[in-house]
Amino acid sequence: MADRKKVIVRVKRQAGPQARPRWEEFELVWRPHMNVIICLRDIAEHPITRDGEQTTPVTYESNCLEEVCGSCAMLVNAKARMACSALVDQLVQPIRLEPMTKFPVVRDLAVDRSIMFENLKRMKAWVPIDGTYDLGEGPRMAPDHQQKAYPLSRCISCGACLEVCPQVNQNNAFIGAAIISQVRLFNMHPTGAMHARERLEAVMGPGGVADCANAQNCVKICPKEIPLTESIAEVNRQAVRQALLGWLMG
Amino acid sequence: MRQPKVIVVGGGLAGLMATIRVAEAGVPMELFSIVPVKRSHSVCAQGGINAAKNTKGEGDSTAQHFDDTVYGGDFLANQPPVKAMCEAAPGIIDLLDRMGVMFNRTSEGLLDYRRFGGTLYHRTAFAGATTGQQILYALDEQVRRFEAEDKVRKYEGWTFLSAVIDAGGVARGICAMDLKTTEVRTFPADATIFCTGGIGAIFGRSTNSVVCTGSAQSALFQQGVDYANGEFIQVHPTAIPGEDKLRLMSESARGEGGRVWVPKRAGDTRSPLQIPADERFYFLEEWYPKFGNLVPRDIATRAIHKIVFELKLGIGGEPAVYLDLTEVPREVLDRKLEGILEIYEKFLGVDPRRVPMKVFPGMHYTMGGIWIDNQNQATNVPGIYAAGECEYQYHGANRLGANSLVSCIWGGMVAGPAAVNYTRGLEKGCESSAPDIFERERKRQEEINQNLLRQEGAENPISIWKEMGEWMSEHVTVIRYNKDLERVDAKLLELLDRYRRINLSDRSRWSNQTLNFARELYNMLVLARVITLGALERNESRGAHYKPDFPERDDKNWLKTTRAHWEDGRIRHSYEGVDTSLIPPRARRYGAAK
Repeated sequence: MADRKKVIVRVKRQAGPQARPRWEEFELVWRPHMNVIICLRDIAEHPITRDGEQTTPVTYESNCLEEVCGSCAMLVNAKARMACSALVDQLVQPIRLEPMTKFPVVRDLAVDRSIMFENLKRMKAWVPIDGTYDLGEGPRMAPDHQQKAYPLSRCISCGACLEVCPQVNQNNAFIGAAIISQVRLFNMHPTGAMHARERLEAVMGPGGVADCANAQNCVKICPKEIPLTESIAEVNRQAVRQALLGWLMG
Repeated sequence: MRQPKVIVVGGGLAGLMATIRVAEAGVPMELFSIVPVKRSHSVCAQGGINAAKNTKGEGDSTAQHFDDTVYGGDFLANQPPVKAMCEAAPGIIDLLDRMGVMFNRTSEGLLDYRRFGGTLYHRTAFAGATTGQQILYALDEQVRRFEAEDKVRKYEGWTFLSAVIDAGGVARGICAMDLKTTEVRTFPADATIFCTGGIGAIFGRSTNSVVCTGSAQSALFQQGVDYANGEFIQVHPTAIPGEDKLRLMSESARGEGGRVWVPKRAGDTRSPLQIPADERFYFLEEWYPKFGNLVPRDIATRAIHKIVFELKLGIGGEPAVYLDLTEVPREVLDRKLEGILEIYEKFLGVDPRRVPMKVFPGMHYTMGGIWIDNQNQATNVPGIYAAGECEYQYHGANRLGANSLVSCIWGGMVAGPAAVNYTRGLEKGCESSAPDIFERERKRQEEINQNLLRQEGAENPISIWKEMGEWMSEHVTVIRYNKDLERVDAKLLELLDRYRRINLSDRSRWSNQTLNFARELYNMLVLARVITLGALERNESRGAHYKPDFPERDDKNWLKTTRAHWEDGRIRHSYEGVDTSLIPPRARRYGAAK
């Protein structure tokens, strides 16, 4: 038998938000179906670099490990993706792991994405129900309409679309494709549509839909294949229509 | 009048529903969650949510749902709460529909329903194969709306450490840790509702998410909150084995026509597509002609174990069977099951629309949990409530598929108002508690951190966790023998001893995940013992608890709830009667009509 197959992983470490980043390299034992999460767990169990230096386990976010919770987004070989579905056999080695760059680093690969949830709040991304009392069934909906809306509601708030968007940068407060797509989703719901105006007003504000420069990177990176550019175009149309109406009505 | 305060710990379905109900009552509340609540484990629920809406002319009723649930749970559940849940289920679906959950629709624009395990009716509403995610998001959005109105304050990225309990045994708040700064703080509250989910991590690998450690339940147990029916662990028949987790392949795959089979000839190495129909063994359909592939999970799981370990018919001699969707029309797969097919394809690189999937059972759910009363989701400690998977009430000895989402939401709906009522009836609120009870608890928890960070030793927490998981998965899941259970307990005691010598490879106080994991590990070990000892004591077979040495259900001696207490650092089990006042227990046989 030849030597067991190795996996080489390079991790960009950063002890805290203000700390200087540094790289560490690890040599792991390959196993079938290995993913980046398994690599990080191997490192946590034996936190020793390739140079034999003792280090600490890598801090990173993770939860469901099946690409529905959105926690473990990071840069894997410079591409924003979920670590759980990044399979070692499909990656070029050494595998480079870095935190996403459009969010403040907490430590190592963990970043603070709370801005996304704040923006959902700003956009009033909900159906404003009257209460949890028994008020009967919801509105009927054509199956085709549901089939159009459902993919939008699968957004896991991973932040990959913000990471690749040139308009999301230090000089611009662009809310990004994921949030705009949620505006479209709630404007599609029969009850949500009754309050479309509030959402459109919010999305026409600073950092809103007008800041999209049509790079179309978002739709290519989305792990859930959400038609993000279509959403942006649609919300843009709705916003323009609303602005025109507002102008005509004086 | 004084204004009470309520805390909810856990932001999955149960926690969010409880939060909504408390906020709706106008009571100030704080919501604690380890992860941003939108990332809670409820997102992993796939197949659907049950409610007897009877939209397909089958004569379904809430009474039938109630009977299926009690029968499926092998009569171990207290019946009045189950009845109340089943009766509330249709209204819960309406509510979720109003909140904007994108459920699949019929041509008339109504909600569609599919079949699930343990029933002969189309009773399961679904949103593709990501129903849990869709419902969680709807509740998350409602909570966000309350947050925008300053009615809810969220503490995301905080972990619960312990309850603050006064000298009179009344809970007055919680002690929690900020996972970023490792700051330990107490939060006074008149009532706290725990919705802390599953315990999968105790079994090492499971279908559960990383945060499902049962640590909160165990911490409460060690403070005097009783834990019930811990030995009832659901092993889901169809999961994709993986080193980091066992990824669930929803029962809805079978609900939509998926069939389970193995090659008739042991060690057959042909590709499944090359094996003709008459050389395939559709063992569930043959053994259970009435329910076929949709027998309850405990039955299907034991059947697969029999195929693999007794009959040696696992695919190519491996522990795996086929879950075959290739006969299901492509349009149905894409419209109703896309979410799970995508998971299989992404993680294994094989298209399950064309090639049968290879699956094997995996630890999935705990029927047991925090003991609560039959009316109010109240624990035995005044001021502490529980809802969702972390409590024991609704599923007896085995949970039916798609009943978990409904029990989470129902539990939250009950617990919220119950906690509010309790706080309104209190003569003295948490603000009147002696301040030292909070400071004492904070110090006690801070000391645990300091000791762990200081401690020098040769033991690694991850290695201890892996050992625990291997022992628990091997001996305390599908098939249980008393001599093995005794060995497991001895092992757990050994691991608890080794725990005292663990060495944290990270000693910083900033975002130190190793420290938090070590804290959780201790609690996992204690809860593992509760489960193991409960299994050891119960000499019968019922639902998911199966002992070949005691193969029959024994109602005379064991139609009882196991109730574990913590007494001076020891686990003591006692037993109490089950309320079977509505449906007399009868034999559970899925081979024939029930």
